[in-house]
Amino acid sequence: MEILVYLIPISLILGGIGLGAFWWAVRSRQFDDPEGDSQRILSDEWDDHPRP
Amino acid sequence: MDGTLERGGLAACPACVALPNVGDVAGGAAEKELLISLPEIHCAACIIGVERVLAAQPGVASARVNLTLKRATVEAEEAVQPGALVAALGAAGFKAQELDAGLLSSTEADKAGRDLLMRLAVAGFAMMNVMLLSVAVWSGAEGATRDLFHWISAAIAFPAVGFAARPFFASASVALKAGRLNMDVPITLAILLALGISLYETIHSGAHAYFDAALSLTFFLLAGRYLDFRTRAVARSAAEELAALEVPRAVRIVDGAEETVAVGELAVGDMVVVRPGGRMPVDGVIVEGASELDRALLTGETRPVVAAPGQQVSAGEVNLTGPLTLRVTAAGKDSSLHRMADLVAVAESAKNKYTSLADRAAGLYAPGVHILSALAGIGWYLGTMDARVALNIAAAVLIITCPCALGLAVPAVVTAASGKLFRKGLLIKDGTALERLSEVTHVIFDKTGTLTMGTPEPMNLCDIPERKKRLALSLAMGSAHPLAVALTGALRGEGVLPLPVEGLREVPGYGTEARCKGRVVRLGRAEWVGAEAGDETATWLSVAGEAPVAFTFADALRPGAAEAVAALKAAGCEVELLSGDAPSAVARFAAALGIDSYQAGVLPAEKAALVEALQAGGAKVLMVGDGLNDTAALAAAHASVSPATALDAARVASDIVLLGESVAPVAEAVTTARKAVKRIRENFQIATAYNVVAVPLAVAGMATPLVAALAMSASSITVSLNALRLR
Repeated sequence: MEILVYLIPISLILGGIGLGAFWWAVRSRQFDDPEGDSQRILSDEWDDHPRP
Repeated sequence: MDGTLERGGLAACPACVALPNVGDVAGGAAEKELLISLPEIHCAACIIGVERVLAAQPGVASARVNLTLKRATVEAEEAVQPGALVAALGAAGFKAQELDAGLLSSTEADKAGRDLLMRLAVAGFAMMNVMLLSVAVWSGAEGATRDLFHWISAAIAFPAVGFAARPFFASASVALKAGRLNMDVPITLAILLALGISLYETIHSGAHAYFDAALSLTFFLLAGRYLDFRTRAVARSAAEELAALEVPRAVRIVDGAEETVAVGELAVGDMVVVRPGGRMPVDGVIVEGASELDRALLTGETRPVVAAPGQQVSAGEVNLTGPLTLRVTAAGKDSSLHRMADLVAVAESAKNKYTSLADRAAGLYAPGVHILSALAGIGWYLGTMDARVALNIAAAVLIITCPCALGLAVPAVVTAASGKLFRKGLLIKDGTALERLSEVTHVIFDKTGTLTMGTPEPMNLCDIPERKKRLALSLAMGSAHPLAVALTGALRGEGVLPLPVEGLREVPGYGTEARCKGRVVRLGRAEWVGAEAGDETATWLSVAGEAPVAFTFADALRPGAAEAVAALKAAGCEVELLSGDAPSAVARFAAALGIDSYQAGVLPAEKAALVEALQAGGAKVLMVGDGLNDTAALAAAHASVSPATALDAARVASDIVLLGESVAPVAEAVTTARKAVKRIRENFQIATAYNVVAVPLAVAGMATPLVAALAMSASSITVSLNALRLR
């Protein structure tokens, strides 16, 4: 059962990283234009030189 | 955007970095943000095209298109005029319109939405981790391991609930302070009781802890809240956008010089110029100029009215042919437009009395749940004389009955239904609009601008000799009057060629005049060409020495009008037509559309009175209208629809806005609303059925945390799936 000492913190940390990533994505306005983002990927213009 | 790239390219030479960039110095002026509406963009090529056009304009620092909102945000120097950007986009083939950034308060909504989304994410994260630990407990962890898992669960659950469930706590405390019970009171009590009992059990190394139940309750209810918020936010932002499309400006004359000012700045006594095609910004008296006025939005009559000095005009009327100078007699809050809006506010407060199905359910539900859980607790205490067991049972009852399904049932259905209607071009402004729409028995249409486009079409071209048609075309081409424009379009469409004429000039308020082979020819009002004015909308062509010829016009039907009427009749609604227009025109339209009952020449107050009389007789009226003359009726009706081209006051008064040109979706809205309400009722039944099974289990003391988790998830997922059947 000693393995739990590792497994539980690992699962919490991984979940926490996911939560942090989501928080960052929401804060950096990545959910503001879902339709536009799904269309922009089709443009040839930005594949090699992504715009800011 | 291109500018930044170039600058970046320059900076590749290390020495350039130290030099002040010429562009930066010139563009050092304060930057402003412009918003442009792009109603027709739909693909990647549009996005790139628009951004490229905007970035190429002088003074534009950056441009970003948001396809979801169909809007472009442009950062530009102070000197850049939005009109120039709109014109450049128009030249490139993109339909664009300026938006009034002051009226779009989307940042507030964005913040609230992000806040809710974060709480939902935290609740989801905590729920999953605690569930993971709970599965171990449910599958038989014992003793020290179980206690360890419970302690870890508690460590996750307390901070997570403290953050995620705050909206419920806040709303419940507000309700309790005001001495009311709302849905959030049982929710808050259940969450707090579940946490408290679980902590107590954990400390005393008990077998059951409900940390996962408290978290999943928070998660599902937040999901419902978020859906509700999304629907409202989409509707509100679209409604704001419609309002922001009309940037209200007026041209004021000060000491002989013209200046453009916001309508709000006008005061009584100011002189204002209204150009042909412009809308009167205020009530006033004509001081100078002759023209014709289109009063369709105010009274519903389609025939233009002569405007001469000394005449009163009201805000909202459209100036047709010549420039007019007005002296302002009432501005802002005193104008007739505003007084009408106040009328609407009064009627709306009556409408707000409608309680939604969810509120009615909550009113029964909240006290019922508390009484049930208290009874269960008291019963078990009397039976066992063990306060710990009794409290456990009471908490289990509260958790199990908690309205996961109820909290999701209505928002999930309303979101699905309004999303479906939005794709058809209907914007639901109010959450209860769908419920009210589903009860409709009578539909009353306004004619001008609602069933018709408000643009005339020539009717009798085939009766007119070719030479007269050619003459009429040459004269009509010289005028911007709507009848002349319609005549030009129709004659061009027939392949008629204009005759050469000399000295073409427009006489404001009357028509156009020219000479053809030495004879005077006129196209315009009946009195002016020496003819007898008839009952129909017409423009007259006279050639000196010959009898005048009339070109009669009728309003063009809106696409989908006949379909809408037929579909509404098929749905079992009585359809009526109420118009302020002349009887002959109304009768012809009613016959063409298959509407049996109609009334012509109805005054605005009469419309509202007719609607109220019908409703007093037990009917539920759906009013469809666009003008100022309809606003009172729109506000008085049980539910109301107005087209996006309607006057602002009418749009504000109505529950649903029709975004496209066709009125056919009105019938669809009624059938979809009926389906949606059926789904809501089904969801309530599902929730009830689940409570009928689960509550006795909880009262009997058989609701283990596993049973509670299963029952809660099952009911929430069932109602969500049922709502999705609407799509």
